[in-house]
Amino acid sequence: MARFIVRRLFQMIGVMFAVSVLTFLIFNVIPNGDPAVRMAGRHPSQTIIDQIRKDWHFDDPIYVQYVVTMKKVFTGDLKSYFTQLNVNEEIRKGIPRTFSLAIGAALLWMFVAVCFGLYSAVKAGRFADRFLTIIALIGISMPVFWIGALMNYYLGFKWGIFPNGGYVDLTDDPVDWAYHLILPWTALAILFIGFYSRVLRSNVLDTINEDYVRTARAKGLSERQILVRHVLRNSMIPIVTLWGLDFGAVIGGGAILTETVFDLQGVGQYAADAVGQLDVPPVLATTMFAAFFIVLLNAIVDIAYAYLDPRIRLQ
Amino acid sequence: MATEPATEYSFEGPAAFEEEAKREQVAGMGPWRLGLRRMRRNKVAILFGLLFVLLVAICVAAPLWANKVAHTTSAENHLSDTITVNGKKTNVVSLDGVPIGPQYFKADGKFFLGADGNGRDIMVRLLYGGRNSLLIGITAAFMTTILSIILGLVSGFFGGFTDGTIRAALDVLWSFPVIILGVALGVALALGGFKLGPISIQGDSLAIPILVIGVVYVPYMARPIRGQVLSLREKEFVEAARAQGAGPFRIMFTEMIPNLTSTILVFFTLLIANAVLLEAALSFLGAGVQPPEPSWGTMISDGVERIATAPHLTIVPGLMLVITVLSLNVFGDGIRDALDPRAKVRLEH
Repeated sequence: MARFIVRRLFQMIGVMFAVSVLTFLIFNVIPNGDPAVRMAGRHPSQTIIDQIRKDWHFDDPIYVQYVVTMKKVFTGDLKSYFTQLNVNEEIRKGIPRTFSLAIGAALLWMFVAVCFGLYSAVKAGRFADRFLTIIALIGISMPVFWIGALMNYYLGFKWGIFPNGGYVDLTDDPVDWAYHLILPWTALAILFIGFYSRVLRSNVLDTINEDYVRTARAKGLSERQILVRHVLRNSMIPIVTLWGLDFGAVIGGGAILTETVFDLQGVGQYAADAVGQLDVPPVLATTMFAAFFIVLLNAIVDIAYAYLDPRIRLQ
Repeated sequence: MATEPATEYSFEGPAAFEEEAKREQVAGMGPWRLGLRRMRRNKVAILFGLLFVLLVAICVAAPLWANKVAHTTSAENHLSDTITVNGKKTNVVSLDGVPIGPQYFKADGKFFLGADGNGRDIMVRLLYGGRNSLLIGITAAFMTTILSIILGLVSGFFGGFTDGTIRAALDVLWSFPVIILGVALGVALALGGFKLGPISIQGDSLAIPILVIGVVYVPYMARPIRGQVLSLREKEFVEAARAQGAGPFRIMFTEMIPNLTSTILVFFTLLIANAVLLEAALSFLGAGVQPPEPSWGTMISDGVERIATAPHLTIVPGLMLVITVLSLNVFGDGIRDALDPRAKVRLEH
């Protein structure tokens, strides 16, 4: 088991390294103008441009630039090309916002999806099932920024039921924090509710035909006990796996659109703004941040699986 | 509840198909004919499939509406123009900047759904935007499918070093957040264009979002295909082909691809849906279709800026997008249920 974990961690580091190199390459190999000229402002003198070039090592070979930049990522000295603000500082500011959004939305979508999926499976083929299936499919088919913008406009701006964007710190006022996040949570959760409830529904329908369910029924357990203790517990395994992976994906960039629409100023929005300006240092740092969570959650899920199923360790 | 028979729950579970097999004369029917039969019975899926075809047809016919009815193009501004509505002259964009609302047939079909902030005809842009969105979605899905088949087949079939390299590359791509990767590639390419030997693509070309979306989704399809190839490789019919002296490519094309077809078909349909959604997301973040060229994503993005004065600018293109993606999702589900009811195909965002 220890060997499996160590191997998985080495894999993680390898993938992270490749991600950083690739991100760096995307912005350096593809011609997109001289960053030094853009940084120098509107009427730059040649000396300023030369100074910027020297400071940022733009004239050195690309691998030197890469090493210089990566060193700055780890020492926390990385600064944005354009705003000159410290990138690690900016990301640290965004973390509570992104995590508030992701954790709340993840709990919401899991809870609602289990309710919908279970109910749908129990009523399989009847009206309630058909209705929930249609709702789930519509949820999957909606772009999150579209439904987010509409919710923000109608519920937040026009009818004034919810605050119109913005973020309040949890430590300042927990009630206001949740009140400001209800719309973003819902918008982000809709897509996943659709997926999860459908996956759970089909898992429950598969499990319900298992022998041990028949045994449970034969020994006289109530239908509720069978559903919760035997069927749901076994149908949940794939869903919990997905949950882990998707949570990593949402922290690692899945929330960009939601953050942008509701102006939450989280890590994702920072990344989107930086990409738009071709500001390489923040893009590199936020991509590494995102990839870290995606890879980490992947590794955790794998390790949990290996712990539960010894056959996987031997592969 | 406790008295209900167990079969009550198995409406669409595997048992339903076993029962179907018993109930009807299906012996001797191939999997495709069985699939077709099941598909024909799934009226909802067929309905939505037809809806998608209809949407494609409407969008393909965009120039017809633009030339014969609206007499304008998708990029033409009418900021200072007037139109005649019910005999009265009206500004397309009012003096304080509010664009005209839906006119339907009051102005002979001009500005059927109103105008946007630049005085451009929404209906015309919606149709042309649909053309772009669908073109990008279908082409990108096609590209992803081809790349995934090649990578999945080669990786699963040859194993060893080849497999290791391809898997590592897919892992890296998989670990990239889809949207960040898409936006990064999209923005970088849109600014600089793309030059590779004799191929050169302009920065505002539609080929760039196609290329970006086509690459981004590859790991999501290549991995499951590789998994299937791994299990197919051990099957007796592959061994038989090998014993007859078939080379690796012959085995791949004549033995494996036919067995992968149902997976590929389902994935392709769902990929189009996801590619259309991703195109909208990229355009929303400014990294997809470049203005003035319309797409549903750019239209929503433009609309959100004016949502307070003209919410229909956001609602209408979004609804078109939802209907298109929904029709593909329902149809794709239907195909999967018909061909391989037990498969669990899932794409992530």
